[in-house]
Amino acid sequence: MENYYQPEIECASREQIKAWQDERLVKTVKHVYEHVPYYRNLMEQKGVSPDDIKSTDDLHKLPFLTKDDLREAYPYGLLAVPLEDAVRIQSTSGTTGRRVVAFYTQHDLDLWEDCCARAIMAAGGTKEDVVHVCYGYGLFTGGPGLNGGSHKVGSLTLPMSSGNTERQLQFMCDLGSTILCCTPSYAAYLGETICERGLQDEIKLKAGIFGAEAWSQEMRRDIEQKLHIKAYDIYGLTEISGPGVSFECSEQTGMHINEDHFIAEIIDPVTGEVLPDGEKGELVFTCITKEAFPLIRYRTRDICVLNRKPCSCGRTHVKMSKPMGRSDDMLIVKGVNVFPSQIETVLLNKGYPANYQIIVSREHNSDKLEVQVEMTPEMFSDKLDEVSAREKELVDALKAMLGIYAKVQLVAPKHIARSEGKAVRIIDKRNLY
Amino acid sequence: MTVKQISVFVENKAGQLAEFTKLLRQNSIDMRALSIAETPDFGILRVIVDDSYKTACVLKEAGYIFSITPVLAVAIKDETGGLDQILNILAENNINLDYTYAFISRKKDTAYMIFRVDDNEKAKEVLVKNSIKPVCQDELYKL
Repeated sequence: MENYYQPEIECASREQIKAWQDERLVKTVKHVYEHVPYYRNLMEQKGVSPDDIKSTDDLHKLPFLTKDDLREAYPYGLLAVPLEDAVRIQSTSGTTGRRVVAFYTQHDLDLWEDCCARAIMAAGGTKEDVVHVCYGYGLFTGGPGLNGGSHKVGSLTLPMSSGNTERQLQFMCDLGSTILCCTPSYAAYLGETICERGLQDEIKLKAGIFGAEAWSQEMRRDIEQKLHIKAYDIYGLTEISGPGVSFECSEQTGMHINEDHFIAEIIDPVTGEVLPDGEKGELVFTCITKEAFPLIRYRTRDICVLNRKPCSCGRTHVKMSKPMGRSDDMLIVKGVNVFPSQIETVLLNKGYPANYQIIVSREHNSDKLEVQVEMTPEMFSDKLDEVSAREKELVDALKAMLGIYAKVQLVAPKHIARSEGKAVRIIDKRNLY
Repeated sequence: MTVKQISVFVENKAGQLAEFTKLLRQNSIDMRALSIAETPDFGILRVIVDDSYKTACVLKEAGYIFSITPVLAVAIKDETGGLDQILNILAENNINLDYTYAFISRKKDTAYMIFRVDDNEKAKEVLVKNSIKPVCQDELYKL
């Protein structure tokens, strides 16, 4: 039985969703044009006015917004309501530069919490559940988002915040937490600790909602096995609202984007051109219901694919794949976009650890892609043909994933340079600039 | 009755083999036999040593990727047709060789062959039936 928070929205017809998007986009564009000089400037530079935007078909006419814009406009430059109407600030970690702050009116918080409530119910959550939130609380959106969503569902909410594993486990056992919300790496850590201490029979978890960092299918299986739960993915970013921009349903073949609030586009990260559904590119979001901080065509830098095939869960909103990489680490080799994460996926799928290095060079004006892979005991054999066959298997799998030939070079362990414990993944010898 | 061969992954680059032999020298390990299979990028060293356990420990410590493979060792007369006789027996019994290599010893008139086959038991049976006794590990250690 599929569980919905707002079935009339989540399962609305495509025509209905398009109608909502058309109307809300027009209104939002007018709103930012009138209230945010920064937007007005950007739009004027591009020679577009609110009158040019009549429906989502005109979305491509609008300028993009990037993290640099958010930094430039810091702190209040993109606030679209009077200060007195804004009630909350959340912020990014600031690990990639100056912090970015996002603002919310009470209405914005309300809609964001709705999105999180949809995610919790898609993971099977009901009023009877005990939702254990160990995402951080504070400026980070993880804790407040899931906390608010859990309230909306009517579940008993445990605002644990992150850290203090002893206390987490004690509350989990004593209070019978049924749904765990945290980062996948913390879930894996909790799973290990629970197994080590033999607490498996004392926990009552049935599902987990994990996001805020990249995780693989292998990690999902590991968490599911150790915690005896079904693990659901959730996606979001502070700039757009926080967790719950998209979330996984029972089918687990991608995350439904809450299209009544956010319009998703996939663009070519180099040219900025909009790509058709099913093609891989950079994910761009336009907020159409927010008041305080409605970003228009915000470039997430996340690379993924949109999928509009009907979903067995009954939801009609478009699904996005798990991000496959960041457009910031994208390489263009022979005109094809290559992401380190794709190579990682191939290695992990073949059961090898992801110890690799990508070397791009140019010979006779043609790009050459080489992937150095550290040899492992599993890959090794005393027979040359067996090692060569495994090498060829990798070449074929890389070709299937990337669409171009990559030479695989097996190297000795620890061959790949590590700087401060982190391996150097890309060496581009082309001197293109 | 097989002997332990140590197979080691090395990159096909200048100095790699020297680095390996240096490690053996430093640990006073003596090689009985050495064979190399290589591609342009990497090679597999196959060695028979006087102390397999110690070698495995030393290689592990040094971070090498290696495996220990049971192979058949056979003493043959160091004379014309010595190898031919054995190969014929194996061929007649449909035993395919993955690879093979030879070495001679200080013992006069005796050479040794190493055979890597998929089914050691079956190969051994065939050899014994034809009055050829595979050499055991101790015998090689003592050479």
